[in-house]
Amino acid sequence: MTIYEPAIHFMDVRYSIDNKPIVGPITGSFPSGRITTLVGPSGAGKTTVLKLCNGLLSPDSGEILIDGQSATTFEPTDLRRKVGMALQDAPMVNGTVYDNLALPLRLQKKELPEPDAISWLEDVGLSGDYLHKKASELSGGQRQKVSIARTLINRSDILLMDEITSALDKASRREIESLITRINQKYGTTIIWITHNLEQAISIGDYTWVLISGELIETGDSHILEDPADERVRRFVKGELQ
Amino acid sequence: MSPLALFLTLIFVLIPLVLSKTLNLGLERDTIIATVRSITQLFAVGYILKFVFDSDGYLYILLMIALMIFAAVHNASKKGKAIPGILWKITVTIVVVELLTQAILLGFGIVPATAQYIIPISGMVVGNSMVLSILFLNRFTAELEANQNRTELILSLGGTPKQAVHTQLTDSIKASTIPTIESQKTMGLVQLPGMMSGQIIAGADPVQAVQFQLLILFLLLTTAVVSSILLGFLSYPSLFNERMQLIRQKND
Repeated sequence: MTIYEPAIHFMDVRYSIDNKPIVGPITGSFPSGRITTLVGPSGAGKTTVLKLCNGLLSPDSGEILIDGQSATTFEPTDLRRKVGMALQDAPMVNGTVYDNLALPLRLQKKELPEPDAISWLEDVGLSGDYLHKKASELSGGQRQKVSIARTLINRSDILLMDEITSALDKASRREIESLITRINQKYGTTIIWITHNLEQAISIGDYTWVLISGELIETGDSHILEDPADERVRRFVKGELQ
Repeated sequence: MSPLALFLTLIFVLIPLVLSKTLNLGLERDTIIATVRSITQLFAVGYILKFVFDSDGYLYILLMIALMIFAAVHNASKKGKAIPGILWKITVTIVVVELLTQAILLGFGIVPATAQYIIPISGMVVGNSMVLSILFLNRFTAELEANQNRTELILSLGGTPKQAVHTQLTDSIKASTIPTIESQKTMGLVQLPGMMSGQIIAGADPVQAVQFQLLILFLLLTTAVVSSILLGFLSYPSLFNERMQLIRQKND
């Protein structure tokens, strides 16, 4: 088995709210340049793990290394550009598709040239005709594509995806899956993807993390989901834990 | 007004009491409490003002204003408990608005520096600043709650806390000041402002009453806009920590 450098490494990471443990202690890695899926029952702390990765949250104890460097040594804004995140319901700001694509650069007081915006749109499988369409008029799948393109514009090394296909129909889901695989292959981007669809986790992911009640129960090649070693993971895979 | 005439005004309290009793509205107790409280509070403030005007000492004027600010801050801070340190933020807002408006009024000699002008005008400025603070806080906390996704989106794209709440902040500032601006547009058409009516009834020249009312209207415009902007810019940083994270977070 090839050993990959960790893009993100958790070392004994714990996070709690009002003294109630949410995740941890977690020790584990997300391999660089690979697609890792994050699976587990709802309330397992999956979104919290993603937010810890891009610094929207900080651990109470333990350390998170990004490319071997402690997350706390990064400026919060730099860390969030390096570790981009596409949110679950793909929130759009008011305005057109262009306004949404230009947002990451406008936050840095820069402008996005229109031809660049069109090429980003085409990159995620949407034609340039969408550029001046109102964001509120997009379908769920189109919104997700715009959201992914918007995250890509920061040229992040690592992309976090929070259940981005959960509200989509099968056809749109397949399109997003092949899009993410293409991004991973084309740019060598490390992908960390929360999904509740185990079939998707096995087919798309190279690697998987199984979280239950805030703990990292099993980790390894995605195919571990076909024959889990741990009893709790076995029950989760059978659909007995939700 | 003669004591008998004043006594007869209680007829206007008696009418709602009788109606409430007849129709079982259950308003009698609150009506009586409201009546007793307004009589005692207004007479108390009347005698205090008479004492302050007669003594004409700046210490008493300052004490009166301090008391007004204390009561206003106490009242407004109940609305912004979700925002850390809201008590001192409202205090700073109201004190700055009061100092700014009095500095302009007295500095340019727009009104004389006597208790007769300073205290009632301060009362209007402080009271208005309090109401605006409450309106702003109500709106801002609701906007933050409703747009937490948007705040998170901007932060996750590498935006600063200010960029993350900018829209919610400006929307709340606009929403809280619009009623002040709108009410000025119909001023004098629908109803005569209370202060102007009072002056006219007390025998003042209507044109002079209008001049003072205009002064108050413009003053309240500044009060409204400065209060909500100042409170807004004092409030938003305390929603984030030094790692630019939202302090109150929902979880999955």
